[in-house]
Amino acid sequence: MTLMRTFLGAAATLALGAGVALAEPALIYDLGGKYDKSFNEAAFHGAEKWAQETGGKYLEIVLQSEAQREQALRSFAEAGANPIITTGFAMASPIEEVAPDYPDTLFVTIDGWVDMPNVLTIGFTEHEGSYLVGMMAAKASKTGTVGFIGGMDVPLIRKFACGYAQGVLAANPDAKVISNMTGTTPTAWNDPVKGGELANAQISQGADVIYAAAGGTGVGVLQTAADAGILSIGVDSNQNHLHPGQVLTSMLKRVDVAVYDVMMAGDEAKGGFLTLDLAAEGVGYAMDEHNQNLVNDDMIAAVEAAKAQIIAGEITVEDYGATSTCAVLKF
Amino acid sequence: MEKMPKWADVLLIPLISLVIAFALSGLVIVAIGEDPVAAVSLMIKGALGSTYGWGYTLYYATNFIFTGLAVSVAFHARLFNIGGEGQATLGGLGVAMVCLYVPWPHWSMALPAAMVAAALFGAAWAAIPAWLQAKRGSHIVITTIMFNFISAALLNYLLVNLMRPPRSMDPATAKFPEATHLPTLHDMLAPIGINFSKAAPANISLLFALLACVLVWALIWRTRLGYEIRAYGQSERAAVYAGISPVRITMLAMLISGALAGLMAINNVMGEAERLVMNAPEGAGFIGIAVALMGRNHPFGVLLAALLFGFLYQGGSQVALWTSIPRELIVVIQALVILFTGALDNMVRMPLERLFLSLRKGKS
Repeated sequence: MTLMRTFLGAAATLALGAGVALAEPALIYDLGGKYDKSFNEAAFHGAEKWAQETGGKYLEIVLQSEAQREQALRSFAEAGANPIITTGFAMASPIEEVAPDYPDTLFVTIDGWVDMPNVLTIGFTEHEGSYLVGMMAAKASKTGTVGFIGGMDVPLIRKFACGYAQGVLAANPDAKVISNMTGTTPTAWNDPVKGGELANAQISQGADVIYAAAGGTGVGVLQTAADAGILSIGVDSNQNHLHPGQVLTSMLKRVDVAVYDVMMAGDEAKGGFLTLDLAAEGVGYAMDEHNQNLVNDDMIAAVEAAKAQIIAGEITVEDYGATSTCAVLKF
Repeated sequence: MEKMPKWADVLLIPLISLVIAFALSGLVIVAIGEDPVAAVSLMIKGALGSTYGWGYTLYYATNFIFTGLAVSVAFHARLFNIGGEGQATLGGLGVAMVCLYVPWPHWSMALPAAMVAAALFGAAWAAIPAWLQAKRGSHIVITTIMFNFISAALLNYLLVNLMRPPRSMDPATAKFPEATHLPTLHDMLAPIGINFSKAAPANISLLFALLACVLVWALIWRTRLGYEIRAYGQSERAAVYAGISPVRITMLAMLISGALAGLMAINNVMGEAERLVMNAPEGAGFIGIAVALMGRNHPFGVLLAALLFGFLYQGGSQVALWTSIPRELIVVIQALVILFTGALDNMVRMPLERLFLSLRKGKS
């Protein structure tokens, strides 16, 4: 309620024409929930880091339904929050509806794509990051068979899968990639039991490294892989610590950095397009004390070389998001 | 002799149940260190305190009226239709096809066609479980639940592979053309001088939901088919003895039920989103079960229960927006309301009946 009061007061101040722009940012989490151990949670960590460093306050809401998307945007914009940061590609279309009504408010879409003067579109090159961990998977695999487990079968996850498969085949052209999606409803993002079952099915087909890009479902994949004594690869946040010595690496997608940077910029942040790629360290692979014994120098050398080549433009990783096709993997 | 006056039965009992549910919710809110009075007043103000709040409350209520009616029609034949979710999903597909692939000059022409498509798709999705129940005895609860998953998978496939605009990352169809956009309550009320909020999604579908209430009432209590449905529901053997065909009644009741659930799509797909997204009904099919139970399977009861749930949805989202009460707790509050008004009805009813009886004794 204190927040509410602050905002009513703030709105009144604005109405009186004091002309002081409020720099309190707002953060809207997608339906997956705030504590999903990966995507939304990374955004939360970025905001918390900003709040701790600056002592600032921010508004937040976890969406519950599709109809709330526009509602949340309008409510925060009416209350004078700026910038308004949203996670998830599904926010793009509501932002297109709302943004023209509030030209002085900056809207930020992470994973969406909106071309408007007061909208900042932040994208990540997940296919490049997945390519790198795919190379590591192929090099770590003894059976020559690696697995991919996605959450819901949506284009974004296919982008992960396609990049991963390209990386695997680049490191070992004879390798086999098994790809499964968890489900067709949003529960697919939070179904660790089914994730575990899929992992077991892939293990029985010979997979000995499995990459999970499935939100909360991935927790089950990593657990099953650890129980079966094979390797797994985490996603979005650094998940190496979940099973020390059994998670090969994690494909990092620095949503936390993106949120932190935008909040730091505050009123200074401008609309436009921002692609956080390998060069910008927006994506990458995680190395820490938990996986240093799993990754040998040969792998590091190969992955670093590929990384340099991708940044230099010598290797082009096919982007499913741009082409809607994938040469190396059938969906 | 009645145990208590009619007004107590219809108004007092639900009201007391609601108060108890809110009191318990208040305790939970206190337990997590928030101010319950402020939360409840925010809920009421957010849902009913402005035309904006009403616009959302009525939008949600429209969804719940359609799905609640769907469940109640099937229930009069003692068929438990758990598949409202899937039927509403398919209804959305019908609406999307009509709106996307036919160039309509005006919404007033697009809407009837969309309604027919929504009803047909919803009914078709209910027809298979109905046929399996009528002919093979496969239990309708199981088959309709399974059809919910099949509908989600089907829609997922269609949206990701066929209906998605090229290069779009969002698994959803393109926006419907301008001409198919339905008038909102703002557009409808402006000519008569009422300034209704422009941002709220409530639209003309609300009127069709109310019309559906009247039609369902007429169907169940004023037609021969309605009589047959009720007779079959009360006793299958007696109905068969009276010459009523179980296969025919099962099929018809489920087709009507599926059509009603499918019709919800004119509100959420055509009226609000104006495009087809994945998981468009968002649980309204399941809420419909609670709405029908609370409304005692009577269209007027369904209307009131749908309004209550619309209020809970909209009020709850306002609480989530402006306080740090987590959204899970709002689900708890909604669940408590269902529990007290639906399942624990007798807990309030029995003491109240005793109270009225003793009052009457005292008088005589």
